[in-house]
Formats: sequence, structure tokens, C-alpha cells
Amino acid sequence: MGNNVTAATKFGFIKEFWQYRELFYFFIWRDVKVRYKQTVLGALWAVIQPFSTMIVFTIFFGKFAKMPSEGVPYPVFSYSALVPWTFFAGAVGNSGNSLIGNSDLLTKVYFPRFAIPASAALSGIVDFFIASLILFGIMIFYHIPFSWSLMFWPILVIPLIILSLGLGMVFSSLNVRYRDIKYTIPFIIQVLLFITPIIYPISILPERYQRLAALNPLTGIIEAFRSTVIPNKNVDFLLLAVSITVSLLIFLLGLAYFRKTEKEFADIV
Amino acid sequence: MTDAITVEHLSKKFDISKLRKETQFREALVNFAKRAIFRSKDFKEEIWALNNVSFSVGKGEIVGIIGRNGAGKSTLLKILSKIMYPTNGKINIQGRVGSLLEVGTGFHWELSGRENIYLNGSILGMRKKEVKSKLDAIVDFAEVERFLDTPIKYYSSGMRLKLGFSVAAHLDTDILFVDEVLAVGDVAFQKKCLDTMKDLRNSGRTVIFVSHTMSTVENLCPRVLWFDKGELRMDGRSSDVINHYISQFGEIEAKTKFDLTDVPNRQGTGIIRYLGIEFLTLDGEPKEHIYCGDGLKVRLYYKVNKPISKPEFYFNMKTDVGSRVTTFGTALSGHEIQTLYPGTGYIDVDIEFFNILPDRYYMNLWINTCDVLITENDINHDGIDCGAAINVEVPNSNQLSNELEKTCGLANKGFDKWWGVMFIPCKWNFQGLHTSNILTKNV
Repeated sequence: MGNNVTAATKFGFIKEFWQYRELFYFFIWRDVKVRYKQTVLGALWAVIQPFSTMIVFTIFFGKFAKMPSEGVPYPVFSYSALVPWTFFAGAVGNSGNSLIGNSDLLTKVYFPRFAIPASAALSGIVDFFIASLILFGIMIFYHIPFSWSLMFWPILVIPLIILSLGLGMVFSSLNVRYRDIKYTIPFIIQVLLFITPIIYPISILPERYQRLAALNPLTGIIEAFRSTVIPNKNVDFLLLAVSITVSLLIFLLGLAYFRKTEKEFADIV
Repeated sequence: MTDAITVEHLSKKFDISKLRKETQFREALVNFAKRAIFRSKDFKEEIWALNNVSFSVGKGEIVGIIGRNGAGKSTLLKILSKIMYPTNGKINIQGRVGSLLEVGTGFHWELSGRENIYLNGSILGMRKKEVKSKLDAIVDFAEVERFLDTPIKYYSSGMRLKLGFSVAAHLDTDILFVDEVLAVGDVAFQKKCLDTMKDLRNSGRTVIFVSHTMSTVENLCPRVLWFDKGELRMDGRSSDVINHYISQFGEIEAKTKFDLTDVPNRQGTGIIRYLGIEFLTLDGEPKEHIYCGDGLKVRLYYKVNKPISKPEFYFNMKTDVGSRVTTFGTALSGHEIQTLYPGTGYIDVDIEFFNILPDRYYMNLWINTCDVLITENDINHDGIDCGAAINVEVPNSNQLSNELEKTCGLANKGFDKWWGVMFIPCKWNFQGLHTSNILTKNV
């Protein structure tokens, strides 16, 4: 064979993806650019979503329900989880609908199909970092000392990306075949919001349920995000390791399912 | 010569039943349960869009692909471009591939012209560097420099097409797959597009070109593949293949009377249908031959199934290479027909002087109404491709030919398709000898 790209070998797709990296970059660039171009508030949107949710949560769960918040004011407690959560929810939702939203591309040009859900998932990363800056502002406002562990805040987004990519790939390819998947994605995301310790600390769960909650890969990741912000809260490395392992498993399963189904995308989309 | 493309026993199957059913996840679950409980077999409806196709294309060859709709041309192009996966068979391609199945793929309306050039270029497989170096040429070609930083949602559709074609035209790959994306924009731009395609011939690139326009294919491609119902029917020199294709395509016998009641694949709502078409003398007498320069009455028989207001009757004439000669239409001649009620009838069109040169011509017939109230779009009620074929013959009596010569200056020598498809009545006046070359200057 000549210098043409081949995805025939088992891991050829990785090499191929590398060859198409510029397109991947352009897809992300397009999504980010369009998002900020189309809205009046532009970059402010990145902040409004987690921030207003934080205010609602603070009023109802912090003030009225008197939810414990691990020694920091409830706004800091909830916002530190809402920033990664917002990224996750957006990434899964966007990439889950990405293939059907780009059906013209699927039927008219060739490129590694993985680039579509992946770029859709990653385009929220800019929002994530803008929303993170506000977190630091809130911490200063409440006189929360910055600790060295805050350095891990941006790094923790990596397992979060892996997890949302895994789910995004499954949802997006199911979406091509079954059009009612579109309606189930928001529902699943909503359920995840409540079974993940975002509104409440994991410590309010009985011991037995804590172990069960650990199987939810979001638990360990969100908890770890929180421990970089809250003083005297140590990272639960075991919990994080479990979450990362589960995330990787979901990613690999998602990739396998995606690779298996991508061959018929152009036939049925 | 090394082969750039080798295709061996390529087949592609579509399972239509699978595509139509089970588009909802819950349906899929229900059906799965049904199958498990009742052990009922799946009802399968399969179509072989491509069936055991093999061919190879040498480096630098330009190959045209022709065939009717649904013959598998687009599927082949999509499989070669790796957009679709084949069911069976092997493909081997040597070199960098670019495929142009559509103009402006992936354009985003909110982004500016410049941004879309980069985006589209990268979608087509260009490197950012490459786009950057060609940006001026692309912009120049598309004639959009003034609007380069305007979001393309403010562009006219023509401008967007031009922009799309320009990016595509600057795609520089060893192998190019092109679907008929040529006919874009205004006439001047179309010519530019065609010229670009012609340049491909001298560029040493391997090109596979799918088209419906026989004249374009014959012009651009020395070799042509003819696909029919998923199979490679013929592979050879373009003029040979095109002639065979056309003789097949015009398989209807040339007559002067056609029954159109049982035409397969007709389009439209069916509120009104053609029953037949007949060629008569101007006096309404049956006619066996149609001669160049004749007086002709064309009678269109129709059947109305539901009341229909202001139907517009049309038929056109095409040459054997598919070029349209002319179109006759009630609305084109400003003739309005009031509401028609269920029943049958006919409408005549009188052609005093059928100044079409001898050859074989094919007719498409259709009936539209114009939805004036809401969309201003045409609604198609009946549509027949190649419903009739006529042979226009050389007038057989000298007298007639003399008559023609007298009235419009057409001599016997003129009755040849070599001169074109029609002649325009004219009179020559010899003005004597002049010693200097003047063009009505100082006269």
C-alpha cells in the first residue's frame, strides 16, 4: 500500500487519528467560536450556568435544608462540584447528539468518526476553565486559603474527559440508530446529578451506600475535585483510583462499541 | 502503468427493512422480545447497490462514471472515499485521496468566509499551512474578497456555492473523486468550474468523475464506466460507452403516438396524469413521419382524478446526449387553464414551423401547479422521463424542401445534425465587392 491512511489494523485508527489532528482541532475551534459568537453574553454563559445553580442550591439545600458542607460555606462546597459537573453534563449531552447533528459530514466526507463526539465533548473545556476562575474568586471572597493541592484541579479534568468521552461515544452511536435516545440523555444526566455527591457530601450516606456510590465513577472524581479546594479534606486515593478505573473501562467499552458501529453510520444516519 | 485504484469483487448491500424499522429504541426492544418469544423470522428486504464490481484505474487516468439514478454510482464513490464500508470485496488505493461529493461540506453559517475556508479545507483533508498558502487564490477564484470577514449567513446561496467550489478546486491530492458538483453558480462561474475540471486532465492526477451530463463526461474523460443496477455494465472508450448507454437509455421506439397510461417510475401527486402524447398534422390528421420544417400539432391526453386548479402542462425535447433543446409549456406561452374536473381530455399545442434538424429526440413530460398562496413553489402532479421519442426526418419530397428553401433559406445541404439541433430562418443578402475591410464603419 502507498501512503494512504489505513484503519484496517487494530490500532491503525490511533495513527490515523493523529494524521487528522488538525481537523479535530478545527472542530473544537468551530464549536467554541460559534458558541461565543452566537450569544449576547458570550463567555459569561460559561459562568452563569454553574453559578446560578450554585445560588439555587445554596438557598434550598444550604439554607433551608441545612445540608452539611464539610467545613466550608455551602456556596464553595457546591460550586466546587458544580464546575466539573457542568463540564461533564455538557460534554455528554453535546457529544451524545453530535453525530446526528453532523449527518451531512458523515455522508459526504471521510475522517475518523471519533473526531465528532470527541470534539463535541472537548469544546466545553474553555467554559470549564472560565468557570474555574470564578471558583477562585469565590474562595477569596470566603477567605478559603489556597493549598498546594489546588494544582491538581486542572489535572483532574482528564479522567472526567475520559469518562464523558466514553459515555458520549455510546450515546452518539446509539443515537444514530435509535432516535429516541436523544430524549433519554437529559434524563440520565439528571439522575446522575442526584446520585453523585454534588448537593450533599458523601459522608451523609450510610457506610454501605458509600461503597455502592463509589461504583459511580463521578463520585471519586468530583470528591477529588472538592478536596483540592476544601482545607483539611484529604483526597481519597482509593476512591479516586476506583473511579478512574471505572472511567477507563467505560471509555474502552464505548470505544469498542463506537468502532463496531461506525461502519454503518453513513448508511443509516 | 501502475494502478492507482484497484477494486475487486466489490459489493454493497443495504437492508432496507432494517433502515425503515426500529428507529426507536423501544421498538427495537419490543421487536427483540417478539423475536425471542415467537421465534419469528425477520422479514428482510435487501438491495444490492453494488454487485461484484471489479475494475482498476491507472495512475493519471481520468475515468467517468455514468448510469441511471440508483445504478450505484454514488455508493461506489462513497465506498472509494471510505465514507461507507463495503459488504464484500477489496479496494486498494495508492496515493493521497480527496473526494468532492458536495460543495461546501461542513460550512457553518455563523462563521466568516475566511473561517469557513479553513474549516472546509481541513474537512476536505488539507493542512492548515496548505490552506494558508492558497488562501489568496481561493478568495480570488470565489470572487468574495469584499465579504471575506462577513459571516456566510449573509452570503447569497450563489456566493456560498462559489466559495465551496473554490476551496475544493484547490485541493491538491493524487487521487480525486468528484461527484457532479460542477453546475454551481451563474453561467460565467459554471464555465470557470468546467475549465478547472479540464485543467485536471493535464495535472497528472487520477480522477474518478460521476456525472449525468454526457457531453461533460465525453469532454473530460477518455474512459467511461457504465453502471446499471449495481453492476458494471460496460468499461471502455467514452464515446463507445456513451453511445451504448444512450441507445439503451432511449430504448423506446420512435413513433408518433405514445400510450402513457402504464409508465413505470412516474413522479408527482397523481391528481392529474398524462394518458398519451400524439403528433398530428396542423389539421389534426394522424402523421407517420415528422419532417424538419413541418407544421405540427402535439396532442396531450390527460386524466383528471381530482379537481385541479390552473394546471400547467409541459414537455421538453432532449438530444440523445441529454441536452435540452427546448421546452413547451402552457405557462411558458402565457396560456392559463382554469379548474379541471375529474374526467379525461386533451390539450393541443400547434407548432407552425418545426425548425428542428433531423435527429432523434426524447421528451420528458410533466404537469405542475403553482402554489401561489403559500410557498410560491411548484407542485408536481405528473412527471415522466423519456415518455416519447421522435425521429425528425429529412423532408422526402423535393417540393417541400424547395418550399423551405424559399421561405426560410434552408437548402438540402442544411438537413444534417452536424449543423446543430435547429436552424433559425434567415435570409442572406449579398452586398457586392468591397476593396477594403470595413465593418459598417463610416457607412
